[in-house]
Amino acid sequence: MTSCRLVVVGNGMAGCRFVQEVLARDADRRLGITVVGDEPGGAYNRLQLSNVLAGVARVDSIELAGEQWYAAHGVTLCTGTAVVRIDRQAGRVELDDGAALPYDVLVLATGSSPVLPPVAGLLRDDGRLPPGVVAFRTLADCTAIAQLAVTAEHAVVLGAGVLGLETARGLAGHGLPVTLVQRGSRLMERQLDADASRVLTRTVRSLGVQVRPGAGVRAVRVDGRVRGVVLDDGGTLDADLLVLCCGVRPRVELARAAGLAVAVGVVVDDQLRSSNDPRIFAIGECAEHRGRTHGLVAPSWEQARVAAQVITGSGEPVSYRGLVTVTRLKAAGIELASLGDATADDEDGSGDVEVIRFSDSSRGVYQKLVVRDGRLAGAILLGDTRAVGTITQLFDRGAALPEDRSCLLMVRRNNPAAVVQSPAMLPGRATICQCNGITKAGVCAAWQDGARDVDQISARTRAMTGCGTCRGAIEGIVAWLTGADAGSSVSA
Amino acid sequence: MPVPGVFTHCPYCALQCGMSLRDAEGQLLVGTRDFPTNRGGLCQKGWTSAELLASPDRLTMPLVRAYRAAPLKPASWDEALARVAAEIRRSQSVYGPDSVAVFGGGGLTNEKAYALGKFARVALGTSNIDYNGRFCMSSAAAAGARAFGVDRGLPFPLPDLAVADTILLVGSNVAETMPPFTRWLSDQQDNGGALVVVDPRQTPTARRATLHLQVTPGTDLALANGLLHIAIAEGHVDEPYIAARTSGFGDVRRVAAAYWPERVERITGVTVAEQRAAVRLLAGAERAMVLTSRGAEQHSKGTDTVSALINLALALGLPGTEGSGYGCLTGQGNGQGGREHGQKADQLPGYRRIDDPAAREHVAAVWGVDPARIPGPGRSAFELLDALGTAGGPRALLVMGSNVAVSAPSSGRIGRRLGSLDFLAVCDLFLSETAASADVVLPVAQWAEESGTMTNLEGRVLLRQRAAVPPPGVRTDLEVIAALALLLDAPGQWNAEPEAVFDELRRASAGGPADYAGISYERIAAEDGVFWPCPAADHPGTPRMFLNAFATPDGRARFVPVEHRPVAEDLDAEYPVYLTTGRLMEHYQSGTQTRRVRALREAQPEPVVEVHPDLAEACRLNEGDRVRVVSRRGAAEVLVRITETVRPDTVFMPFHWGGSSSANLVTNPALDPVSKMPEFKVCAVRLEAVA
Ligand SMILES: Cc1cc2nc3c(=O)[nH]c(=O)nc-3n(C[C@H](O)[C@H](O)[C@H](O)COP(=O)(O)OP(=O)(O)OC[C@H]3O[C@@H](n4cnc5c(N)ncnc54)[C@H](O)[C@@H]3O)c2cc1C
Repeated sequence: MTSCRLVVVGNGMAGCRFVQEVLARDADRRLGITVVGDEPGGAYNRLQLSNVLAGVARVDSIELAGEQWYAAHGVTLCTGTAVVRIDRQAGRVELDDGAALPYDVLVLATGSSPVLPPVAGLLRDDGRLPPGVVAFRTLADCTAIAQLAVTAEHAVVLGAGVLGLETARGLAGHGLPVTLVQRGSRLMERQLDADASRVLTRTVRSLGVQVRPGAGVRAVRVDGRVRGVVLDDGGTLDADLLVLCCGVRPRVELARAAGLAVAVGVVVDDQLRSSNDPRIFAIGECAEHRGRTHGLVAPSWEQARVAAQVITGSGEPVSYRGLVTVTRLKAAGIELASLGDATADDEDGSGDVEVIRFSDSSRGVYQKLVVRDGRLAGAILLGDTRAVGTITQLFDRGAALPEDRSCLLMVRRNNPAAVVQSPAMLPGRATICQCNGITKAGVCAAWQDGARDVDQISARTRAMTGCGTCRGAIEGIVAWLTGADAGSSVSA
Repeated sequence: MPVPGVFTHCPYCALQCGMSLRDAEGQLLVGTRDFPTNRGGLCQKGWTSAELLASPDRLTMPLVRAYRAAPLKPASWDEALARVAAEIRRSQSVYGPDSVAVFGGGGLTNEKAYALGKFARVALGTSNIDYNGRFCMSSAAAAGARAFGVDRGLPFPLPDLAVADTILLVGSNVAETMPPFTRWLSDQQDNGGALVVVDPRQTPTARRATLHLQVTPGTDLALANGLLHIAIAEGHVDEPYIAARTSGFGDVRRVAAAYWPERVERITGVTVAEQRAAVRLLAGAERAMVLTSRGAEQHSKGTDTVSALINLALALGLPGTEGSGYGCLTGQGNGQGGREHGQKADQLPGYRRIDDPAAREHVAAVWGVDPARIPGPGRSAFELLDALGTAGGPRALLVMGSNVAVSAPSSGRIGRRLGSLDFLAVCDLFLSETAASADVVLPVAQWAEESGTMTNLEGRVLLRQRAAVPPPGVRTDLEVIAALALLLDAPGQWNAEPEAVFDELRRASAGGPADYAGISYERIAAEDGVFWPCPAADHPGTPRMFLNAFATPDGRARFVPVEHRPVAEDLDAEYPVYLTTGRLMEHYQSGTQTRRVRALREAQPEPVVEVHPDLAEACRLNEGDRVRVVSRRGAAEVLVRITETVRPDTVFMPFHWGGSSSANLVTNPALDPVSKMPEFKVCAVRLEAVA
């Protein structure tokens, strides 16, 4: 029996999680739930899009809840449909197809939209981006970028925050020349200090991404489609793909038009309730709690949990207290974590923080701990994240640190990358060349037969004659066999 | 009086190493025996096991207490048995059949487990029977059954391990708990295979791993879902296998999408790079195995944790594929057989369900009773113990093969429950902590003094041959059960001869999931054990299960979507450290046996708590200090051992000691909703130095 109509606007990561949290608490289905999402299809894991673009994750692996899932759980889902107005008096929302939905409780989970920088030529007369330019936020954007990348000759990524870096690295991984352009002097300026940014710049360059910090874009050159950008200093960069990663802005138009209190986001209290309408809640990136908005999944999901608990009235009373931020870069070949207040410095004279640093720039390693009152206030782990598990947990728990801080960074554990890359650890039956089904044992056998370098092994086994991506692996095995040959015998 | 040179198996863990016992001037000596599981190997526990036969601590006369506050005094068997029977009758006449409960053990032979289950249902008519295996393998059993339709610890023989390319071992310290097992891992690694160990401690097993994932206690489920996430995202799943042999992947795929590596890293403390490395080792292998033990299972979400690991194995196409698979490393000597023949609250022999009318009918026919006489499912182990002496709970208890006063979680509470019983009878070799609080203690024979079958961790049914006669004054458990059945005028046959009981068990199990019908003592001896199911005398037994189909109605393995949730008791300012518990190489279970063997006692004389140097520094503790490990439920006083093998946020205590140093005074009895497994492996504590 449905006694309460619950409408959710936005079927992104917060909205979908919220519905799942509600269902887990509403066993006898007192709530009739309707979700309205303006993207097509069910909900997907947005943060995986950078991995999808990079080819690290398959696009069919990111579904969080397909359309059948909603049906199977008795939830009405309207996809490809936007809410265009909230009528608080009547207690209903109006949809872009002309329909209206009454609600008893309304949850706004509208997320953010990408910021479009004020650059000449960026917007066409019809207000849209010219062909070849994509602001990256949705699966559709991801698909568009991937398609453009197939034929593109040079890509420019605007904005060197987390998303910009992940995007640039992902595109470079496909062999596309990429330039990362950033107005400020630092990469990931919210998460990194200047030293870390310098080390990261080198790492990113070594992975094939051109980096242009301190370069603002003055104009976009368009000729039917994008052709390049003009920098503040007058220099130009050719580009037939331009990806905008210039930050996000909470989507608050509906809330503002409906007269809800909006600062940067929709203002909510500790129960995620809007400050001037007890029937309306906001969660995720569109919500502003104690003066703060955020752009991460962890706090969005915590808000979803709290709101579900409040709205279903189940269990203990709960409050949202804000979460500390942990940022992990998802880019192949770059190990990077930034926690909390990572940019703080002990040389500002205030004397209330203690900073522990370790850096080995030749190996691209920079590590920093910011300590306040014997507890971790922030950290950067770049180039070596073996300690990230321990550090994150100390940070999340606000736990007291050991007297000897340095031991936190000195991890003697196995280096997992070395473990899988070391040919010694590969099982003999492990396939090295997918295209021709050549195993490690097969490579070793060719070696035993006298093939002493990569090309001879290829000639003998046909390994590498397909896509060729196994070259590195075979080089590794050859190096290992060469080394081992000098010593004892090698068993595959 | 010993009989000369016989083949038998070790009295301790589920590996049940083959050994020989030979008479040397009136003393039994342990010798090696080339058996396919341990290949001649034995650990220190095995080598010293015969010492217990001649232990001066052996009980050789029944002990009886005239009334609760009176001391235990020697008594005749007739007297003692009559007292037990009288107390049972009295309790049942006033409070009904369920007022008498039975508690069994995973160390009992198949014959005893079977007879005890039958005794409870037929002689007592009580639904209240369960056993300490609940504290051991029940989570894996429940998860295995829901995925595959039947649970057999390892559905493949041990030699398959030696040729696995990758083994993922979750929550298992075999190098200490089952040393001869480790030979298979050595072979596997010598063959170029990779070993991935998931454990919050850097155990000797973890130290030999190719990759050790030092997971936060209580987060194995999130890790398993995370590994599955990576396998799916990177395209390693075996789609044809999933389509042909499984059902339910869609929901599991959807759940896994929410366990991306960075999120899992924050929950588990296992880095993204480590997660990816583990998946690559698993996915790159042609033959891979996922194995679990108590570390994954003894949680209030143990069943779901095992399901998550089974999901991973299924997605990679491992179970039911020759050379690969999922398995649980059973812990107790007969942990496997002990859960198949009816000493579990919800089961009848042959791994049948007690609420299945067809099963009741079949078993009732073998027992010669009306199916309606067989009670329904009863309370699970902890629930049973926790109900003792309460309104509506059992008022009299018979314990066989278990030292619940030490082995149950929150043992202080269980001690008080035992104390509130009207009557407690215990069968034991020694005056264990539980026996010491009994009204009647019955001294029983031990492993080498009686024959019987055990089912090892591979599902291989083994024969322990009698090698010595029990000392005068000692009877076998089967004799005790038969004598009590007689005194209680129980219907049906009550044989005390192990082989006759086994023959009855065979008939009772026939047609059930764990079908022993075709297994005989002769075949076991001739064939180095026989793997169940073995429905007929001419059936070869089943070393590898599921090769053609799973034991589900449609023959498909079932994916079960499971979500991570926090531990039952998380850290806070008052209790800021996790406690995890486990075993040491030298000891076994509550230590009743091993603490009485000199070499073992000398190697590990005293209970300790392992503490990381950082934590020791923060708590101002030094090596060898006395410390109280305090939880909301109780405190244990032990010595500090400082070691970097534990995480700084976690301390480790072995659970082999009783009294004021018992780890289980501290542990949390939060139960798994499916298996009723208590959360032995994690609770919140603080350390207090003892002045
Ligand atoms: C490529 C990429 C990588 C990322 N990586 C990470 C990461 O590693 N870690 C991390 O923590 N975060 C990451 N993020 C950020 C993370 O995805 C967001 O924080 C999260 O999705 C916020 O959830 P949300 O529900 O508030 O917003 P969204 O997921 O954006 O969902 C909002 C939904 O509401 C819809 N909507 C808006 N208005 C309306 C309307 N009027 N009617 C109907 N529907 C409407 C939108 O179309 C959208 O589908 C990443 C983001 C991107 C784009």
